[in-house]
Amino acid sequence: MNLLEIKGLTKKYGDKLALDCFSFKVPKNSVFGLLGPNGAGKTTLIRILNQITQPDSGEIYLDDRPLKPKDVELIGYLPEERGLYKSMKVVEQIIYLAQLKGMSKKDAKKRMLYWFDRLNIKGWGNKKIEELSKGMAQKIQFIVTVIHNPPLLILDEPFSGFDPVNANLIKNEILTLKEEGATIILSTHRMENVEELCDNIALIHKSKKVLDGPVKTIKNNYRTQTYEVGFQSERAEEITRQLSNNFTVQPAYFKNITAQAKLHVKLNDHQSTSSLLQFLIDTEVEITHFSELVPSINDIFIKTVEQHG
Amino acid sequence: MGNLSLIIKREYLARIKNKAFIIMTFLSPLLVVGMIFLVAYLSSVNNDEKKIIALHDVQELINKELPNTNQLAFVDFSNLPLDQAIMRADKENLYGLLYVPALEDAAISNPNIEFFAKEAPSSFLVSDLEQKISRIITDTNLANAGIDKTQMQQAQTKVNLQIEDFDGQSTSKLAGYVKMVFGGAAGYLLMMFIIIYGNMVMRSVIEEKTNRIVEIIISSVKPFQLMLGKITGTSLAGLTQFLIWLILGGFLLLISSSLIAPNEPGIASAATPVNSDEMALLFQNIMALPLFKISLSFFIYFIGGYFLYSAIYAAIGAAVDSETDTQQFMFPIIIPLMLGIYVGFFTVIENPHGTVATLFSHIPLTSPIVMLMRIPFGVAWWEVLISLSILFASVFFVIMMAAKIYRIGILMYGKKPTYKELLKWLKN
Repeated sequence: MNLLEIKGLTKKYGDKLALDCFSFKVPKNSVFGLLGPNGAGKTTLIRILNQITQPDSGEIYLDDRPLKPKDVELIGYLPEERGLYKSMKVVEQIIYLAQLKGMSKKDAKKRMLYWFDRLNIKGWGNKKIEELSKGMAQKIQFIVTVIHNPPLLILDEPFSGFDPVNANLIKNEILTLKEEGATIILSTHRMENVEELCDNIALIHKSKKVLDGPVKTIKNNYRTQTYEVGFQSERAEEITRQLSNNFTVQPAYFKNITAQAKLHVKLNDHQSTSSLLQFLIDTEVEITHFSELVPSINDIFIKTVEQHG
Repeated sequence: MGNLSLIIKREYLARIKNKAFIIMTFLSPLLVVGMIFLVAYLSSVNNDEKKIIALHDVQELINKELPNTNQLAFVDFSNLPLDQAIMRADKENLYGLLYVPALEDAAISNPNIEFFAKEAPSSFLVSDLEQKISRIITDTNLANAGIDKTQMQQAQTKVNLQIEDFDGQSTSKLAGYVKMVFGGAAGYLLMMFIIIYGNMVMRSVIEEKTNRIVEIIISSVKPFQLMLGKITGTSLAGLTQFLIWLILGGFLLLISSSLIAPNEPGIASAATPVNSDEMALLFQNIMALPLFKISLSFFIYFIGGYFLYSAIYAAIGAAVDSETDTQQFMFPIIIPLMLGIYVGFFTVIENPHGTVATLFSHIPLTSPIVMLMRIPFGVAWWEVLISLSILFASVFFVIMMAAKIYRIGILMYGKKPTYKELLKWLKN
């Protein structure tokens, strides 16, 4: 079941192609990572979803029906460049922006107090934004994004400007919102957040989609059958030599206090993990580290972008 | 509540809650009234100084008749030769010396009287002296010719043309002045309002753009709604201010006139005292003006002119990143406004229904100012209607054009666009 489905979205600015026949699906109740280098077309895509910009061609379906102007009320948008009225009071501002999203004043007030409580904000309501710290203003911005309970959240770099404590708070809020039924599109350059939060990703590069799918599948596809191996032995050099006769071996660097030899061992075709383990056991070394080298999203990102020049 | 009315409400409240707005609204009328008093006071102080003038009049032709007043005093230097008299007047720091040469003929028609002074004398003083002297000499001439002065005065008549237009509405020279002042003031005020409130709209657009809140707003509402709401909300703030000024100004004027008028009727125009008859006539003329029509047309032309210009202001605000970048785009706004004012002041006063004045009161960029100046002189309702139709059609067109620039501009950062690029946005 997809909350959002995009088919063949194309947008040109003058002669420059910002989005080239872009398609993807966002499953309901998931976190979808929108990745890509600067200038790849992420902002254009997000603006199209928010109906700020009109696409030249392509279709967008929300909940299996074409996107309507009124659907802006179903979307909560946190732009990368944050902005609030500096000289407006926090309470007035939140209620105003919630009303623009179609909420009644009364509901907006109720939900605002709920979020004040949830994000641990008290006694700030009558301050002006210009009197708040940056982190505080970011929290207000987050409340503005989620106050109308949108089924679809579009968060562009939601963690920028937060200290680690508050970033963690927001991260947990995002996961809670997902549990509560929301679908979240997350655009970020912080790959560790993608690893932690995203179920699916799409990678945009030079206005084209170059990679998409569930994070697990993508990682699986990028597996290289390589293992991090660390062991202790008086004959370390000899064993390393023996290993390289049977497998592809490269010296490696990873954190392990006790290992004397640290290697990346890549299985050749038709070799299994057990054959490597068996080999190591037979040499009677003390194995201190053995793990599969799983490609990080960061690696995949860099590799894919480099591949596509 | 619809989004548009939400935006209008926010913009209105944001304007009128602004400290500068509150101070301006309540302080300006006080400042204006205070200024009038100050000017009046200063000019009365300026005239207080007593001027002493030496008189050299060997034949005693006029010296007996020249009375000393609060402002003028005469000393007789006739016993000295002229050059010595001048030197002495200079030494004693007198204001000047009036020299009446010895005259041969008893009947003087064109006496060659001279006035010597260190600095050029004030024109008021000169004309005052001229009047006094010519009256004295005329009296002397009459007496010499054996004509009785009182008879002469009785025989004189004063003709005052009662000017009426073909509709039978009476006008007068004074009424002409009154109309000019009212029309001029209305036109000028309108220009000020357009500039002040147009700038407010522009600054607010720039603020939203640099604040980046605009992206959040337009993810909820259409850019056109935001622009229209902003312009409307700001115009309501302008009308609020105008209304407060009208009430405060009327109140202050009432108080001040009741305080000042009975004791010193001339304080507001100390140089040429107005007697109470003229005052009454002035009021009569003001009341005779189509005041309701003027106020109503001010209101309608304000709406039209303001929307026309502030749409342009909004587009400029959207096109740039900061207020300093707006300068080059100000020309298309300031030039027609100035043109309106100058055309108004030069042609409407000369001939309110002349070709130029009529033409400019139909061109939408100048019509709010020029037509407002013409209206006190009486403009046919159908002419006003045509002018208004052109104005509001243009308002509609300009708002549509401005919205195109606005829509693109608010999401553009960095380089300031050129006129060429703006044109491209318009074609989009």
